[in-house]
Amino acid sequence: MTPLLQLKGISKRYGGVQANSGIDLRVDAGSIHAILGENGAGKSTLMKLIYGVEVPDDGQIIWKGQPAHLSNPSDARRLGIGMVFQHFSLFETLTVVQNMALIVPGSKAALSARIRDLGARFGLTIDPRAVVHSLSVGERQRVEILRCLLLNPELLILDEPTSVLPPPSVALLFDTLRALKAKGMAILFISHKLEEIRDLCDTATILRQGKVTARLAPRERSARELATLMIGRPMPPAVHPTPQGLGEQRLELARLDYLNDDPFGVSLSDIGLSVRGGEILGIAGVSGNGQQELAALISGELTLPGSHRDCVRLMGLPVGDLGAAERRLRSFAFVPEDRLGRGAVPDMSLSDNALLTAHSRGLVRNGFIRRQTERSFTADCIARFDVRTPGPHAEAGSLSGGNLQKFIMGREMMLDPAVLLVAQPTWGVDIGAATEIRQRLVAMRNKGAAIIVISEEIEELFEICDRLHVLHKGRLSPSLDVARTTVDEVGTWMIGAAA
Amino acid sequence: MRLKLERRDAASRWATVAAPLIALGLAILTSLILFAALGKPAGQALYSLLLEPFDGWYNISELLLKMGPLMLIAQGLAIGFRTNVFNIGAEGQLIIGAICASALPIYFPTATSVWMLPAMIGLGAAGGAVWAGLAAGLRTRFNANEILVTLMLTLIATQVLNYLLLGPWKDPHGFNFPQSVMFPDVALLPILLPGTRVNISLLAALIASGLAYVIMRHRFSGYQLLVGGLAPRAARYAGFSESRAVWMSLILGGLAAGFAGACEVAGPLGQLQRSVSTGYGYSAIIVAYLGGLNPLGIMVSAFLMAALFIGGDNAMVSADLPVAAVFVFQGLLLVYYLGSLTFIRHRITFNGMGRA
Amino acid sequence: MTILAFILAGTLAAATPMLLAALGELIVERSGVLNLGIEGMMALGAAIGFVVTYHTHNPYLGFAAAALGGIILSLVFAILALALTANQVAAGLAIGVLGQGVSSLLGKPLESQTLNAPDKLPIPGLADLPLIGPVFDQDVVVYLTLILAVVLWAVLNHSKLGLIIRAVGESPGAARAIGFPVVRIRLGAIAFGGALAGMAGAYASTIYTPLWADGMIAGRGWIAVALVVFGTWQAGRIVFGALLFGALSLGGLIGQAAGVALPSQVLASVPYVVTIFMLAVISSNRRRMRLNTVASLGQSFSG
Repeated sequence: MTPLLQLKGISKRYGGVQANSGIDLRVDAGSIHAILGENGAGKSTLMKLIYGVEVPDDGQIIWKGQPAHLSNPSDARRLGIGMVFQHFSLFETLTVVQNMALIVPGSKAALSARIRDLGARFGLTIDPRAVVHSLSVGERQRVEILRCLLLNPELLILDEPTSVLPPPSVALLFDTLRALKAKGMAILFISHKLEEIRDLCDTATILRQGKVTARLAPRERSARELATLMIGRPMPPAVHPTPQGLGEQRLELARLDYLNDDPFGVSLSDIGLSVRGGEILGIAGVSGNGQQELAALISGELTLPGSHRDCVRLMGLPVGDLGAAERRLRSFAFVPEDRLGRGAVPDMSLSDNALLTAHSRGLVRNGFIRRQTERSFTADCIARFDVRTPGPHAEAGSLSGGNLQKFIMGREMMLDPAVLLVAQPTWGVDIGAATEIRQRLVAMRNKGAAIIVISEEIEELFEICDRLHVLHKGRLSPSLDVARTTVDEVGTWMIGAAA
Repeated sequence: MRLKLERRDAASRWATVAAPLIALGLAILTSLILFAALGKPAGQALYSLLLEPFDGWYNISELLLKMGPLMLIAQGLAIGFRTNVFNIGAEGQLIIGAICASALPIYFPTATSVWMLPAMIGLGAAGGAVWAGLAAGLRTRFNANEILVTLMLTLIATQVLNYLLLGPWKDPHGFNFPQSVMFPDVALLPILLPGTRVNISLLAALIASGLAYVIMRHRFSGYQLLVGGLAPRAARYAGFSESRAVWMSLILGGLAAGFAGACEVAGPLGQLQRSVSTGYGYSAIIVAYLGGLNPLGIMVSAFLMAALFIGGDNAMVSADLPVAAVFVFQGLLLVYYLGSLTFIRHRITFNGMGRA
Repeated sequence: MTILAFILAGTLAAATPMLLAALGELIVERSGVLNLGIEGMMALGAAIGFVVTYHTHNPYLGFAAAALGGIILSLVFAILALALTANQVAAGLAIGVLGQGVSSLLGKPLESQTLNAPDKLPIPGLADLPLIGPVFDQDVVVYLTLILAVVLWAVLNHSKLGLIIRAVGESPGAARAIGFPVVRIRLGAIAFGGALAGMAGAYASTIYTPLWADGMIAGRGWIAVALVVFGTWQAGRIVFGALLFGALSLGGLIGQAAGVALPSQVLASVPYVVTIFMLAVISSNRRRMRLNTVASLGQSFSG
């Protein structure tokens, strides 16, 4: 049988980085093929090449036995390739049907009818007239999948589709994908989650550092074997913290309401939580349910009116109306989820990035910057947190995601805060660095710090947290003791189905 | 073959210095062609524009006279530009500064107090700062775009100047010219270089440049402004106040422009007249960019721009060019400079393949 | 003709150059690009339009040449902002200075010369109405500009082209990911904005006040930029804003009609003061601004 899609020796480099090198791949109709690899292995680049977003430097793409030259996504769509992007390619200010009309021909009425029809057949119901910014992340994914299906593709690419879904919705998505496969469609499923791939996929290609390391049938292998092929060594062991005595109350949120005046944002209501010294509190939930707002309200990037200053208490004192700088003076530190442009200034050196939040550590005297102290603080941070970089003079923008995260994490930890807030600590970070970051967090907890971790990765939260809350549509679940709850229970809270 | 811009790993030092020089070369070449096309003696025009300003002590002293206000205003504006606060209304702040400073000698034409001059300068700087502060208040309180507000305030300032010179402040013995009375001696700046019109305001501009350098290179407050310009979300994350950056940028820009306006009426003009507004406020924007928004670079670019002003005056006479030719040259210079600036952080590659 | 009718009719004509330029800038900004060089493109269009019409006695040729001039200058901006990813504010200011300089240079030999304004085109029936009749007795450009406003409204809201422009303006990254040539679409929008700004200038110099005076645009390009903000990026609201400013620029006449004796400088300042006031009022509604503003406005995009 002629394969539907075949890649031969595909290579792509960006500047000094070889993202893909000599990649061969074969996908057959009516099958689900996994591309497995950790962050930075080159999965997304490869998909962009297949979808025509980027053009390979070298190698051949063969579609149904014929060489294909894809210089544009519309070329790929014409052949019958559809793609669901990890961070979506939808437009928030347009309606569902307008988003479709951008690439699907047909009148508005006809498109709406087809959206309803396809939605009913594949469990992807959505209101065609809804404006995208009013939809949840899961609904947006449905829109993105439906938009592909409207063009009757023969190959559907999904880039990390489960990273944005709560566990119960993952099962629904898999049902949909199996139904599509039964219709004869080929699916390329990109993921770094081993169990999912073993559950769903017929065949898999494993990538490591831009190269293919294996082609196999995932159901015939153990997760341990797959992990070894993916990262080149066995998966590092988890770092479960041991129970310990708790210190005093460090941070408390009570009856916190926040009405977002950004129409594209999320409002929070009746948020209550507290953290003591010596524990890690996790905030689970799918991004877009108020995580950014909650983090900003805790960090002081968003402030409350003076009348509500009691809603946020740091070290026993009301701080709701204080800005980020003042909260930092009260021994608070924060590692935000976006590193470039928020946690660090890309065009500044690491030294100058240390100054961003560590200025109170003697880096400034009488308003003057002390370059010597700045440099030694930075060098210290680089050494202690194993940041791979030429030195303090390197620009933050030139570091890899994992290294920059280690630097920011190190900078905030060196401030020795009583309360540390960390949002999405391992987003886009390779497994080695992720393990190191989790170990650091647990070590800090053991020394008595109060830590809050906001994360989409349930496994991560179960690994390092003492307690959990789940954030869903701007509301927080009651506190769940990690030792006594289950992934299923948390998953139920994540879709708002728990009582 | 497909050309593509590719980001360099770090800014290129070489390109940082080369960019303004390349821009200057291209601007000269383009204007040569343009002047020739207009039937003007291109060679003569260029000689007048670029070389004559350095010919002789008188020309050089006039150049220094014009360099002062350009440098002073550009230093003030550049601080704002680096934090993405675009004050493009320095011309209006200069006019208001000149008006405020002129009020004293116009109402006390026979004053003899030595405090006259400091009071004028202080009033002028304060006037400029208030005029710019209006934009800061509207931006921080009402979210109104400071680019449009400062520009509109300039147009209003021009009308205020016209009103005063045609009405209440017109010199009754001035043959109906739109100008005020001549100022008394105590209202005039001391001359710095004997035999020329260069006054001590040039020192003020040099001192301001030094201060700007210290603020932007060594002060934590300057660092905060830089962060606000390069990564506004990082500034918010660190807790650097955005409204403080807006106020600081506009007030410093307004102070500098108002100061410069006061020095014009108390210096070479010696009275309030329409020609106080000769476009220094607009040209200073170009000076700031050409200097790479860097205090030291601005000292060089102010010198260059002052030469252009003198050269433009010369060219009007010797090559029959309208004064607008100077603005054409300025525009070309900025266009080419912005273009070549890209290559400081990027290099061109073919088919997206770069050198590793 | 009553003074009221005269003012109403004058308002439309006075609004036209600002409206024409603002409609062009609307399309540019909807595609995610901020071109602050309108004043310079209008000045250039005004000079070219005047010079060509003066020498050829053909106003159509004058408009076409002005549009071409606007396009060429806007392409200089496009090279800086799109190809070289320069700061859009600075690039806009740069071509603004350049346009005003070239405008003075071109217009210099014809300083204070005049042209014959083209005949008006009364709308049969309506133009004979009592009181408001003069409103329907305008030159052809006024009508065409109003029609253009309706067309652009329809294109932006009810056509695929409009959807694409809006998509590119909201998220160029996503637009590129699904295969739209972001840079080419923005290039088209910039050139369109340049053409309209050039013609707006030509209207000001050859029809509205058919006399060449250096610096005659006098801030109207900047008001056009402000109009796009007032209109919160909606064509219909921009028309209302332009009419308001058209009326304000007739301040002198209105002042006379109301029997108020104010210095001419005060009246000349009124549009500028109102611009600032309106900017503050409209911009302070952050929720509304966020809903209507173009998400990627002014940001460089490479790819």
